[in-house]
Amino acid sequence: MRIGSPKQSYAADEALFRTPTQWTWFGILLVSLALYPFMADQYWLYLACLISINIISATGLNILTGYTGQVSLGQAAFMGVGAYTVAWLDTHTGAPFFVNLLAGAGMATVAGVIFGLPSLRVKGLYLAIATIAASFILQFVFINWESVTRGMRGMNIDPPQVMGTALADPDQFYWLVVPIMVVMVLGAANLFRTRIGRAFIAIRDRDISASVLGIHLPTYKLMSFAIASFYAGMAGGLWAYFFGAINPESFPLLMSIFLLAAIIVGGMGTILGGILGAIFMTLTPEALRYGVDLLSPFIEDASVILSPVRTMVFGLLIVGFLLFEPHGLAEIWRRVRRFFHLWPFRN
Amino acid sequence: MQHLEVRELSLAFGGVQALRKVSIDAARGGITAVIGPNGAGKTSLFNAISGFYRPQAGSVWLDGEDISALKPPRRAALGLARTFQNIALFRGMTVLDNIKLGAHVRTRTGLLSALWYLGPARNEEIRIREEIERRVIDFLEIDHIRRQPVASLPYGLQKRVELARALAMQPKVLMLDEPVAGMNREEKEDMARFILDVREQWDVTVLMVEHDMGMVMDICDHVHVLNFGEVIAAGKPAEVQADPEVIRAYLGAGDAETLRRRIRGEAGAA
Ligand SMILES: Nc1ncnc2c1ncn2[C@@H]1O[C@H](COP(=O)(O)OP(=O)(O)OP(=O)(O)O)[C@@H](O)[C@H]1O
Ligand SMILES: [Mg+2]
Repeated sequence: MRIGSPKQSYAADEALFRTPTQWTWFGILLVSLALYPFMADQYWLYLACLISINIISATGLNILTGYTGQVSLGQAAFMGVGAYTVAWLDTHTGAPFFVNLLAGAGMATVAGVIFGLPSLRVKGLYLAIATIAASFILQFVFINWESVTRGMRGMNIDPPQVMGTALADPDQFYWLVVPIMVVMVLGAANLFRTRIGRAFIAIRDRDISASVLGIHLPTYKLMSFAIASFYAGMAGGLWAYFFGAINPESFPLLMSIFLLAAIIVGGMGTILGGILGAIFMTLTPEALRYGVDLLSPFIEDASVILSPVRTMVFGLLIVGFLLFEPHGLAEIWRRVRRFFHLWPFRN
Repeated sequence: MQHLEVRELSLAFGGVQALRKVSIDAARGGITAVIGPNGAGKTSLFNAISGFYRPQAGSVWLDGEDISALKPPRRAALGLARTFQNIALFRGMTVLDNIKLGAHVRTRTGLLSALWYLGPARNEEIRIREEIERRVIDFLEIDHIRRQPVASLPYGLQKRVELARALAMQPKVLMLDEPVAGMNREEKEDMARFILDVREQWDVTVLMVEHDMGMVMDICDHVHVLNFGEVIAAGKPAEVQADPEVIRAYLGAGDAETLRRRIRGEAGAA
C-alpha cells in the first residue's frame, strides 16, 4: 500500500510524472526498451518495430478522434502521403533520412489539413464518410500519378543510412524507430497538459461551451487534423523505410479501420490507450497465425482460413470492447493498478 | 455608464418571434436581472448577446463598441463570459481542468512549445494554476473537489464550477442564466453571496436571468421584464414587482400578493 504525500508545489503537481514511483516505472520502461534488442531475436525485433510504427500512427489518430472527437478514417491514407514523399525524396534526392521523414510528415500534415476542412461543417458519421472520401482520393492519386508514384508498380526505398551504416535489419532499425516513437508519445502526453490539449477535449465534450470560452473551433479542429496527420506521415515514412517497398495497396482503407479499432480497444482519449491498442492489435494476428500453425496437422488447409478468421476476430474485438469495456484496455490497466495500490485492502 | 447594451434586438426562429425590438442594458459594476415567464425569450437573448444566434435586427454593444458582427470566441476575448441554464461543463475533465479552460483566452502557449512542455509552456501552466487556485478555487470554496471529474458532482456544485470557469476568464461582463435554479435554500444563499462578492472583489458587471424573485429582490440593482419576447417593464426590483403589467404577465391575472407568494414558493419548480 502506498500513501500519497501532500503536494509540494503547483510545479510538482503539474509534472508529467508526479511521484517518485512514476519516475521509477518510466526509468524501468526506458531501460527495458534499451535492453530489448539484446535479448530478442529478429522476429521479435521486427514486431517491436512494427508496433512502434503503429503506436505513432494510433497516437496521432487518438489525438484527433479520441481527444478532439473528430472521427477519421483517413489515417492510413495520410501515412501513404508520408511514405510516398519519403520514397520520392529517397529516389530523387540524396537527402538524409531525417530530412525525408520530416518532409513526409510535413506533406501529410498539408493533406490532413485539406481533408480536415469538412470537419468545419459536419461531425460524427458524416465526417467519417468525408474522411473515407479522402482515403479514396489519395488512393486514386497514388495509382494514377505515375510520373511520381510509379503507379501500381510501386516504389523501392533504400534503408536509411546512419554514419555509413544502413539500418536494414530490424535489430538496427529498432534504434531509429523506438526513440522517435518515445519522443512522439511524450509530445502527445505533454500536449494534454496545456491549453491546446484542453481545448481539444473541450471541443469533443461540448463545442458550444468551448466557443464561449474563446476557443476558435475551426482553428483547433484543423490543428488537431494537422497533428494527427503529422504523426501519420511520420509513421508512414518509417513504414516505407522499414519495408523498403510501397505500392498503392500498402495503405488501404482497412488499415485506417485497423487504427481506429486500435484506439477503441486501447482506450480513446488516453495516451496509454493508443499504446496498448497498437500493441494488442499488432500482436493479435501474430497470435492467430501461431494458433493456426498449431492446428495445421489436424485441419486441412489451415492457412487458408487464417485471413477470414483474422477479420472476424478484429470485428468481434471491436464490438466486444464497445459493449463491455468502452474505455478500453487503458481502463482495465487502471483498475489493475488501483488494486495493487490499495493492496492488501480492498477498494 | 452602460457596460453592456442591447439595442432593438429582434430574433425569429421560423415563425416564432423570440425577441421583438428588445433593448436592455447593464450598468458598469451593477447586478442587472432579466426576468420573465417560461418561454419569454431570456435564454434566446443571452444566446444573441454571446453571438450564437444571428438576430434579424438590432445590435449589441460592449464597452461602447459594437460587437454585433463578432463570433462567440471574439466576444469572449473582449471580456464577455457566461454560464448556461442547463450546465455546460466538460464532463470528461476534472474540476481543475474545466476551470483552467476559462483561462484559455488569456494564455498564449503555441503548439510547438506545448509538445515539448519546456520553458514558456511550463511557466504559463504554473502561473495560471497558481492564479486559479488563489483567486477562483479558494474564493468559491471548491478546494476539496478540484481533482474530481465534474460528472460525479451534485448539481449545486456543478453550477459553482461553471461560475468558477467563467471567473477564470477574468471577464468584464458576466452573464448568468438561472444561477440558482434547482438549488436548495442553503445553496441559493451561498450562490447569492458569491455573486455579491464577485461584484465587490472582481470589478465585474453582472447580468443574470433568474426565476427566483426572492434572489432578484435581494441582490439586483435593476430588473428588466420580458414577456413573449418583449420588454414590458424595467426599473428597480420593488417597482417592477408592483407593476400591474408584470403581474398580469406572470399570472394571466391576479393580485400582487399571490404573485409574490407564487414566485417565492415555486421558483425552483418553474
Ligand atoms: N433554437 C431554437 N429554435 C427554435 N425556437 C427556439 C429556439 N430557442 C428558443 N426558441 C423559442 O423561443 C422562445 C423563447 O425561448 P427561450 O429559451 O429564450 O425562453 P426562456 O425565457 O429562456 O424560458 P425559460 O424560462 O423556460 O428558460 C420559445 O418559444 C422557444 O421555443
Ligand atoms: Mg431560459
